[in-house]
Formats: sequence, C-alpha cells, structure tokens
Amino acid sequence: MKPALKFIPWRFLVQAMSLDPGHHHVLHPAAPQAGNIEWLYWVIFGVLTAVFVLMIAGFTWAGAKTGVAASHPLPIMEDKEGDHRARWVVGLAMGVTVVTLFVILVISVVTGKRIHGPTSKNPVTIQVTARQWWWEITYPNPQADQTITTANEIHVPVGAPIVVLTNSKDVIHSFWAPSITGKRDLIPGYSSAFWFQVDQPGTYHGQCAEFCGLQHAHMGFSVVAEPVDQFQAWQQQQLKAAAEPSTSEAVRGRDVFLTHACLMCHTIRGTDAGSHVGPDLTHIAGRNMIAAETLPNTAGALAGWIVDPQRIKPGTRMSPNPLAPDDLQALIVYLRSLQ
Amino acid sequence: MESLSEPIRRPLTLDVSGLPSVAFGHRNTTWLANLFYMTIEGMMFALMFASYFYLRTRSTNWPPGHLPPALTFGVLNAVVFLLSVIPACRVKKVAPSGDRRAVTNGLLALALFALATTALRVFEFGALNCRWSDDAYSSTVWVLIGMHSGHLITELIETLVLLAISFTPKMEGTRLADAAINSDYWYFVVVTGLIVDLLIYGTTRFL
Amino acid sequence: MPVAEPVIANDQDTGQSELARRLASTWRQPRGFWGWFCNTHHTDIGIRFIVTSFIFLLLGGVLAAMIRLQLVRPENSLMGPDLYNQVFTMHGSSMIFLFAVPMMFQGFGVYIVPLMCGARNIAFPRLNAFSYYLYVGGALVLWGGFLTNTGPDVGWFAYVPLSGPAYSPGHRADIWSQMITFTEVSALGVAICLATTILRHRAPGMTLNRMPMLLWEKLVISIAVIFAMPAVMIASGLLLLDRLIGTHFFNPAEGGDALLYQHLFWFFGHPEVYIIFLPGAAIVSTLVECFSRRRIFGYTPIVISVVATGFIGFSVWVHHMFATGLPQLSESFFTAASLMIVIPTGTQFFCWMATIWHGRLQLRLPMLWCFGFFFTFLIGGLSGVMLASVPVDLQVHDTYFVVAHFHYVLIGGALFPMFAGLYFWFPKIAGRMLNDRLGAWHFWLFFIGFNLTFFTLHFLGLRGMPRRVYTYGPDMHWQGLNVLASIGVVFMTAGFLVFLVNVLRSLRMGKIAGNNPWGDAGLEWAMSSPPPPYNFLHLPTVSSRDPLWEDPPDQPVVVGLRDDIRETLVTHSLDAEPQHKDEDPGPSIWPFLTALTVSAAFVGSIFTPWAVPVGAPPVIVTLIGWLWPRGQSPTPRPSGEQWSR
Repeated sequence: MKPALKFIPWRFLVQAMSLDPGHHHVLHPAAPQAGNIEWLYWVIFGVLTAVFVLMIAGFTWAGAKTGVAASHPLPIMEDKEGDHRARWVVGLAMGVTVVTLFVILVISVVTGKRIHGPTSKNPVTIQVTARQWWWEITYPNPQADQTITTANEIHVPVGAPIVVLTNSKDVIHSFWAPSITGKRDLIPGYSSAFWFQVDQPGTYHGQCAEFCGLQHAHMGFSVVAEPVDQFQAWQQQQLKAAAEPSTSEAVRGRDVFLTHACLMCHTIRGTDAGSHVGPDLTHIAGRNMIAAETLPNTAGALAGWIVDPQRIKPGTRMSPNPLAPDDLQALIVYLRSLQ
Repeated sequence: MESLSEPIRRPLTLDVSGLPSVAFGHRNTTWLANLFYMTIEGMMFALMFASYFYLRTRSTNWPPGHLPPALTFGVLNAVVFLLSVIPACRVKKVAPSGDRRAVTNGLLALALFALATTALRVFEFGALNCRWSDDAYSSTVWVLIGMHSGHLITELIETLVLLAISFTPKMEGTRLADAAINSDYWYFVVVTGLIVDLLIYGTTRFL
Repeated sequence: MPVAEPVIANDQDTGQSELARRLASTWRQPRGFWGWFCNTHHTDIGIRFIVTSFIFLLLGGVLAAMIRLQLVRPENSLMGPDLYNQVFTMHGSSMIFLFAVPMMFQGFGVYIVPLMCGARNIAFPRLNAFSYYLYVGGALVLWGGFLTNTGPDVGWFAYVPLSGPAYSPGHRADIWSQMITFTEVSALGVAICLATTILRHRAPGMTLNRMPMLLWEKLVISIAVIFAMPAVMIASGLLLLDRLIGTHFFNPAEGGDALLYQHLFWFFGHPEVYIIFLPGAAIVSTLVECFSRRRIFGYTPIVISVVATGFIGFSVWVHHMFATGLPQLSESFFTAASLMIVIPTGTQFFCWMATIWHGRLQLRLPMLWCFGFFFTFLIGGLSGVMLASVPVDLQVHDTYFVVAHFHYVLIGGALFPMFAGLYFWFPKIAGRMLNDRLGAWHFWLFFIGFNLTFFTLHFLGLRGMPRRVYTYGPDMHWQGLNVLASIGVVFMTAGFLVFLVNVLRSLRMGKIAGNNPWGDAGLEWAMSSPPPPYNFLHLPTVSSRDPLWEDPPDQPVVVGLRDDIRETLVTHSLDAEPQHKDEDPGPSIWPFLTALTVSAAFVGSIFTPWAVPVGAPPVIVTLIGWLWPRGQSPTPRPSGEQWSR
C-alpha cells in the first residue's frame, strides 16, 4: 500500500459507511412511518444525485470546452447563435426543474398523509411530558389506578398502533426516535398527537432533538417493542405498588430514601414518597438505563449518580447526596429491589 | 474595441449646471429615506398587530379578565389626531413657496397639536384598565400604545426642532423641504395611531 | 497603500489636473485620530465593514474549531455544557450577525455600489458611518459578554421559553437581544443608504434596464432587509420586555405563546439567509460575465429571478417549524413555497452555465472561487430540497444533517463568493494584485477541508446525532464521523492562514494593479486603484449595460457641478435622467457621537428599563447636533437657489 494511503483513517470510513444497526438510524426503519420516510428519502436522493451529476458535468464541460489560459484580459466576445440555442436549453432545463419539483411535492404530501394518519382504531395511548432533562411517560386510563407512570423507557407492543400525546412542563423539547418516525416538538402550552407503530421487536434509542439547556445532550429515551404478552406482563408489573423490602438492609435503604432529600422529588408508590418533580422510581430496577439513557442501570452507576449527579450531568436538577457509605449501600440494595 | 484602461478621450459633455439644487416632494432623496423609514416602522406595527390577533386566538375571553381600556381619552385623542392633519397639510402646502412665516405658523400649530396628543396619551396610559405585567393581552395593549407613543414623541421633537430652525435664517431650501417631509411622517403617526386605537378600544369590545 | 492618483486625460490638459486638485481638496476626508471618527466616504467605511467582519469571521472560526475539538471524542471534557452552549451560540450569532450580513451586504455593498453607479459618494453618508459604529457597538457588547462569562447560551435563535426569564436567569439572553438591536439598526441604515443610492444616484443613461446585476441584487436585498429586519427586532424586543419588565408575550401560563416567537423570528430568519446568499449570487454574476469575456446570458431572467427570490423568501418561514405539529394544509403550502424558490435560483445557475458555455472562460483566481461556489452551493441547495419535504425534514430537522445543509449554502453561497469578490476587488481597493499561487493553495486547502468536515455531517445526522449536544455516548457509533469532520478544520485553518499571508504580503509588494486589471465592464474600474476621494474626475454617463466594454469612446461626461462644494447629482429612479443637484454633508463627528449615545441607551436597557428615559435625552441631543443645519460649503450657498416642485 502506498505510504500516504496508510494515513487515511480506513477504519473510521468503514465504520462511517457501514449501516450500523444501532436501532437509532433514519435509514434503518423499524416502523412503517420511518419506513415510508426512508422510501421518500431514497427517491428524492436519487433524483437530486442525478441533478447534481448533470450540473457538475455541465459546468465542467463548459469550462473545459471554452477555457483559455491567459494572464491578461482577453478581448470581449459574443456568440449570438450560441445564445439563441441556449435559450431553448435553459428553457427546457427550467421546465424540467419545475416538473421535478412538482413530483417531489406530490410524493412528499402523499407520504406525509401516510405517516400522519391513524393506522387503526384501537391504539395504545401514551402521554409523553418532557421536562429538563427527562421524559415523564404515562399510559393514561380512565381509571386512575390503572394509569401507569414511568420515566424515559417506553414499552410498546409490537405491531400495535401507538398514539403519543405530547406536552412539556418547561421549555421546548423534541421527541425523536429515528428508527421509528419523525420528530415532534413538545411545546409548553400546546398539546399535540402523533402516531407510530413498531413492527420489529427490539429496543430503539431516541433523544431530545430541540436544544433545551445544559443537559440537552443527555436527554435520551428508549422505546422497547416487545410481543403483546410480554407487554401486558410489563403493564401488570408497572401497575403494582413498590415491592416490599425483603432484607433488613433493604428496609434500611427504604428508610434512607424516606429520610433524605430523595422523597422531595421522587415517587415510590406504596410509600410516603409522592412527589412528581422527578422521575417515578416505583419500578426503577426494571429499567435498562438511568438518568435519561445516560448510564447503565448498575449498582455502581446508580451509586455514582445518587452521590453526585452534577459530575455526570452538570446542571441537572438533582442535587448531590453525600450519604454515608452504609446508607448508600443500603439505598442501592433497596432501589435495585424495585422491579 | 478600445483599450479598456485608457481614459476616455475628448468626451462629449452633459451640462447639468441649470438643474435646481432643491427638490420638493417625491424627488427629494430625504423623502425617499422617510418612505423607507415609514416602511420599516410600518412593518413593525404590522407585526405587532398580527401578534395581537395571534394572541387573541390563544385565549377564550377577550380581554381575559379585564375591562377593555376606557374610551374617553382614547376617542378624544383620536379626534385631536384627525384635526392635526390640518396644520400638517398646511405646512406641506406652503413650504415649496418659500413663505417662511407661513411655514413657521404651520409648524407652531402642528407642534401644539403634537403636544396635545402627547398630553392626552399620558391619560390614556392611566385608563387602560390593566398593567403590562398582568398577562399577554395586557402586555400587547401596553406595547401597542407604547410603541406608538415612541413615534409620537419622536415626531413631536422633530417638529419642535424644525420650528426652532424656522426662526433662524437657516430655514432655506432644503430645510423647507424637510418641513414638508415632516408632515408626511405626521400622517404616518396619525394613521398608525388610529389603527392602534381601533385595536385597543374597538376590537377589545367587539372581538 | 499607494497614494491615489487622480485620473487625468491623456491630452495633458492642465485644466483637468487643476480640476483633480480642486476636487481632491473639496472631497478630502480628515486625517489623524479624530479625523478617523469623522470620515463619511463610502470607500473608507466599506473597508471598515470588510475588515471588521473578517475579524469576526476568524473569531467565529476559532469557536467552530473549539466545537470540533470537543466533539472529537465521546464524553470529552474539553468544555463543559455551560461553556459549550455559549460557544455554539456565539459561533452562530457571530457568523450570522457579525460576519455574514456586515461583509456580504454592508461591506461589499457600501464599497462597490456608489462606484458602480457612477456617484461620488453613497447617499446619506453620515447614516452610513453611523451604521458602521453601531455594528461595532453590537459586536463589542456580544463579545464583551462572552469574555466575561455572560455570553448568550441559548442558541443563535434563542427560542423561548428557554431564553425567557424563567429558564435563562441573568443577562446572557439580554446581551443577545440587544446585539440583535444594534446589528439590525445598522443593517437597516445601510439598506436605506444603498437603496437610495441605487434609485437616485445612478449615472445618467443607466436606466433600470442597464443596471449591472450587482446593483439589481443590492436593491432587492435592501428592500428585503427593510421588510425582514423589523420582525427580528420585534421578536428580540418582546423577549427583552418579557425578561426586563415582566410582560408575558411568550409565557403560556398567562396567555402568551411560545410559537409566536418562532413565527416572528423565522419571518426574519428565512429572508435573512437570502440577504446573505443574494450578495454572493451578485458577485458570481459579475465575475462570470467578466471571466467569460462576454455579457451575461439571460439578463432579464436573472433579474426576475433575483426579485422573485426576494419575494418568495418571505413566504417559506414555516419550514423551520415543521416539527411543531402543524396542520397538514400548512405543511403542504410551505413545502410548495420552499420548493418553488428553487426555480429562480436554478434559473440563475442555468444562465451562468450558458454564459460560460458560450463564452471564453479565463479561469483566473476569482473565477476558481466561483466554481467552488457552483459545487458547494449546489449541494447545499439540493439538501435544501430534501428539507423542504416535510416527512424527510421530520427526521433530519435539528440534526447534523441540517448543520451540513446550511453550512453548504452559507459557506457555498457566501464565503466562496466572498473570497471570489475579495480576490476580484482587492486590486481596486488596495491598488495591488493578490498572489495567484498562494490564492490557489488557499482555495484547494479550504475546499478540501470544507467538504471533509461538512459532507461528513450529513451522515451523522442520518445516524441520529442531534444538534447542539456538547457530547455523546460512546455506544452511539458517532465518533468515527466526528473525527473525520474535525480533521477538515485543520485544512480550512491552513487555507485561512495562507490567505492572510497573501493579503499582508500583497499590501506591501503585490503587483501594482492599474485601473482595470481584469478587463471588467463596470464603472468601478474607470478610475485609479484605489479610487481618489472624489471617485470620478467627471461623473460618467452610460449608454449600455457594460459601460467599459460597449460605450463609445466619446460617451458624454457630466459637467456643470460645482467643484468647490460637495455637489452631487440626483437622477430619476427609472431612467436615470438628471433631476436636480444635492450636497454631500461631508465629514462629521455626529454619527460617531450619536452611535455612542445610542449604544449607551441600548446597553443600559439590558440592565434596567430606566435606561430608556435616561438614555433618550443624550440621543436626542446628538441627533439634533447631526441634523442641525450648518454651513457645509466653504463658500456661502449662492443666493439664487433654484427650486423644483
């Protein structure tokens, strides 16, 4: 290999070009909405690539054909016949442009209708309320005790239509899971609705896509699409109150929770902690990640987050909690028992 | 074709020495600048008007939880505005003739009207029946009338300055043209003032 | 710089050199420290706009380099979120408000337009000077804030409620709002000056139909500025009121509306990008004509395209808000309008291509940059077509795909033409040529670096990377592309350094330029380089679109204007027939003093509403000083004034 070629970051290029099945990719749809958009993207891309090639070829040919190398100004010229022909060509080009744009308009509008419309009459309804810098997820139900409240991790049954109602409690955020559908801004004072449906089981990453302050970069969420029976099992689990602590250390952990700053912001249903400022922790142990998809849900990460969230997400609304090591240990044990 | 860097040899001439050195009306370049300025300020008003109606659509009641602004001073001021057109028109008419006395009298009358509207405007502020920090409706009403008041005061000062100049020998050609253009701007203040009145006294009652 | 030589006719008529001396004396600008603040000649002010905005281009570039360094690794700790948020806000704000408009519209416009019109100075020269000082004031306020850790940190468009009083305490967002006020008043001032110059100070014979393309585009842009800037002044003004005195325009809890801000902002924001791009297109039109050695193909279609772009540019703003949950009819309308605007731009591209195709191309350095523009702006425009399509936009909006798009159109549409224009008009401004070889190195280094950085960003957006994130997780698989994008910065920086070396070297020892080194057609090439303080020895007349190419050798010149006072000629807007004479006010300290009082009032109002009543009287005093008539002529005005109705 030539020496110079060694310095080209091939690994990065390969990684860049490879279609990463990260479940977080516009061109890797897992839902009909994202799928429709992907189709539209490739069609427009194809058309525009053809336009690009033609235009660059035109400019290159024009330059090469008439180019003269000279360091002083050449005499002025005119080309009446060429101009006469050019009128037809330019006119034709303008016509082709208009037609092409019209076609793009039509397929865009048609695709827009496809992704906006409801796909069936029995959707699962999810209320997403954005806050700085996490997502409050509610599955509303006319019966209050059948309403599920959780945070950052959305479970949906595969193949079922989902309608998402949006709201924000503070600034504008944007709900975006690229493998599922286009984004929707969550605007305080406005409530809107959009649809999606996930056809392939898996966990799909999403992220806030409207700059919302200090921790905009760490405001992720995930959509867990699972078979219907698993989804229903998850729902049943979520409706239950918090698990009673079974070991003395877990009991001690619950006491730590209830006697420190924790209960000022968090809810654990079945205890006295009922604040809605921060995420609901009733079933925190069942989530894959914590701190809005920033950290894995492990004992170590949880401990680090509780003791000093500012180090991990500077500016987050959660204050540091300098707990004694035993208290911290007990608290972790308790929280990790809340399946 | 001639060489491009040679200066023109023995050109013919276009003699402009006979042209006037002062222009009135739309030929005056300050008139054009004034037109652009009115367009800019007019655009700002138009956007505030649009914002007013936009915010109206975001509210069920209008005014929300307030009485509409009291009519007395508003209507009185609107009448004064309409009457003020007379001296403004007079200034514009006499300026091109060079009659400095007539221009001074006209500017004096216009200045008095401007003072009267400014004084009435102070009372209008007190009769709006809301405070700017109450809600979006109140904020909009205050900013509408506040913005216009800014223009009103600017125009008052400009008229006073022109009035002062009219007492000096400097009130010649170009300054007389400026006095006429000042009337144009006064018309703008009157028209925008009447629209603001329509919005805050009218639409708060029938929208 | 070489001393300006007055143009003297070849027949050695001592009367001509006598005229030149008298004009140089009448039109001279004061020297020295205080003299600098009194200058009102458009060439000097134009150079100030160009140099100052270039400095902010460099500063904005440093901020961009900081961003790319931070993003080169996941969970990088070069900058925390607070500094990063200030840095990207400052980058966007500096580039748009302190570089793009001041350079493309104000700098190039103020310098070239009066010369191209055949005038001795810009219209309203004191307003022009005032606009420059106010621009500098705004720049100092913004950067002063940043350097004292009070820099705005809410993005260059400062959406509410994030920028409102509840979520942005302190004065950071206020500094942003007032910077807007400074720079927009500045742009509006220049717009009035340029529009009046183009409409009323064109050389006799330069009918609208014979106006060079650059004058058409500057006229359209000036009108666009006049209609668009008020919107951002309202948006930032209402934001300031919400923050300062407790109004509720954008507070949903009290009847306000967060989207109102977006509508007001983008009603300005979209025309703004055409205000930045159309000057670039104007430069390209001028250069394509000159370096194809023929008049432009499709003059009328291009003029119509420029006017159409100006109009349609006002009807597309909602395409920045597609993700807010609009009604479908609304989405379709704004998609249609956004696609429609491609037509006039495409027309210009086709006409440029036809001009080259049926011309004789001389690929001199400025033209090389034009080809860079063709390539780069084309990609940007095409990705814009993708963004016009709502479903695609809903995926790539607010991601690095959009960042890639707008850098392609802004750098392609403004920066490449800017360099083309700088290489083209530098000989006129400085009297010397820039070095061709260094210029070629500059071009290729920048072109390669730019595409390396920004083409890569399209992929990052498709892979889900949102905008304005100070870092990202290692499992997002974004690092590779970010590294690639950051490498491009090295090339671009190298290119800039080469350019700076070229400029500094050429100022001292570049080849002497002469009047018209490129053999161009415009009137700005009809006098020495740099131009004397009175621009033209005799004001020209024209009888064609390309005066220096097509006018006959005995094309008349204007006589009968006095040379002992600063007498100028005003012509008719449409057919440029001479109408009347006017007098240039000459040097004055009042624009600077007024800028000081206005700046004090603006800065004070960041901190307290009392700054308005307290700050207003000094402003009034300086304005009265500015407008108070005083003897401008060294000799008394003739008593026999001639008036017209």
